[in-house]
Amino acid sequence: MKIKFKLNGVFTEVYVEPHETLLNVLRDRLKVRSVKYGCGVGECGSCTVLLDGEPVPSCLVVAAKVDGSEVTTPDHIAQTELGKVIVDSMLEEGAIQCGYCTPGFLVTIYAALARGVRNVDEIRKAIAGNICRCTGYVNILKAVKKILERVGS
Amino acid sequence: MLSINAFNTYRIPQIFDYYRPRDLREALKLLESVEGAKVVAGGTDLVVDLKYRRIEVRALIDISRLDELRFIKLEDSYVEIGSAVTIQEIVESSIAREKLPLLVEAAESLGSWQIRNLATIGGNLCTASPAADTAPPLLVYDAELELVSLRGVRTVPIEKFFTGPKRVVLERGEILRSIRIPVSRNVFGWSYIKLRRTSFDVAKASVAVLLDARDGYIVDARVALGSVAPTPVRARGVERSIVGLKIEEAARVASERVVNEISPIDDARSTAWYRLQASKTLVSDAVWRAYERLLKIGV
Repeated sequence: MKIKFKLNGVFTEVYVEPHETLLNVLRDRLKVRSVKYGCGVGECGSCTVLLDGEPVPSCLVVAAKVDGSEVTTPDHIAQTELGKVIVDSMLEEGAIQCGYCTPGFLVTIYAALARGVRNVDEIRKAIAGNICRCTGYVNILKAVKKILERVGS
Repeated sequence: MLSINAFNTYRIPQIFDYYRPRDLREALKLLESVEGAKVVAGGTDLVVDLKYRRIEVRALIDISRLDELRFIKLEDSYVEIGSAVTIQEIVESSIAREKLPLLVEAAESLGSWQIRNLATIGGNLCTASPAADTAPPLLVYDAELELVSLRGVRTVPIEKFFTGPKRVVLERGEILRSIRIPVSRNVFGWSYIKLRRTSFDVAKASVAVLLDARDGYIVDARVALGSVAPTPVRARGVERSIVGLKIEEAARVASERVVNEISPIDDARSTAWYRLQASKTLVSDAVWRAYERLLKIGV
């Protein structure tokens, strides 16, 4: 079946099988490789994308469902003003080791900031669904503090 | 049996058709006519089951975008929530926050932000996991569920909805349309507490309490538990035994009595023995917390 949706602001038409997930279609058909496959069952947060502005695990979204929606992926967010602040702060604070979870963190932190969240505790809750298995979370939270300082109110 | 890690979860390993009906009527027609079809909303349980090959489907009927199922409204004596309302929408709803703080507390504790953005209240109930987070609050609120099919509408009290693990009274061709929650004039203290391993793990045990008290004596109590019986359960014996008691006594009696009303099992998350012991403390804690909140509201 054919679906139409807005991918990072661009109208996109793509053929999908009913049993494909959004993760499959983004990575394999549309070559958006910034979206990572982690657990595949919605527990790790690596495949997080924005679906109509809300962070969701793309591994659990049947692709056909996004027909008519807007999808935003980490590579696009990284190019935005706010995205650059997040990425820079994470780099400076050593909040990245292997980097596999980073795109997911980027999307979730971006979504939280975009809806006006401005305190560390709230962002900490927001990223509870993003798992990092190497840096631990200390540096990630340091980066979050830096991001908040830079973004201001 | 293969351990779950033996599966590659990148793809859904089965072929099926996908329908996105434009309205509820079309959804009901499809459900009647398409052989082997299953209703899907958020997919946070269903897609995982498909990936792990726990179930097989011939077709999915996606009801998550139907406007007829996506509303929260406040009437004189009840709040009505459409079945495709997401858990995050409940968390953020001003109506729910004001009228149903216990449901909001449970909704906030469900999964991660990402999961809450997909998962729906109807899906949480129809999946009928004994651990469903929205079930214990809805049990103590005496919620009623409206089920629709092409043949008509029927209303089922939530206590009669669950018939076993993963089993509900929905018949072939029926869809849960909405959840109606009576709004009491009384002010209640509330508490939802759950025990789990990590911040968004499924509950090992959970308890929901609504409490009213006067001069330190309990005058109304409602208690329900999750993950400690084949279905989420209302603990009416506990409720009866603590009305009329002083709070200290009530918390103690509740924790003694609760073991008579639950039948936990051993599974990957906990042993039955542990659940039994933990439930005692959970119930006592929840009674206390509900009481403290009641005092704060200033009654």
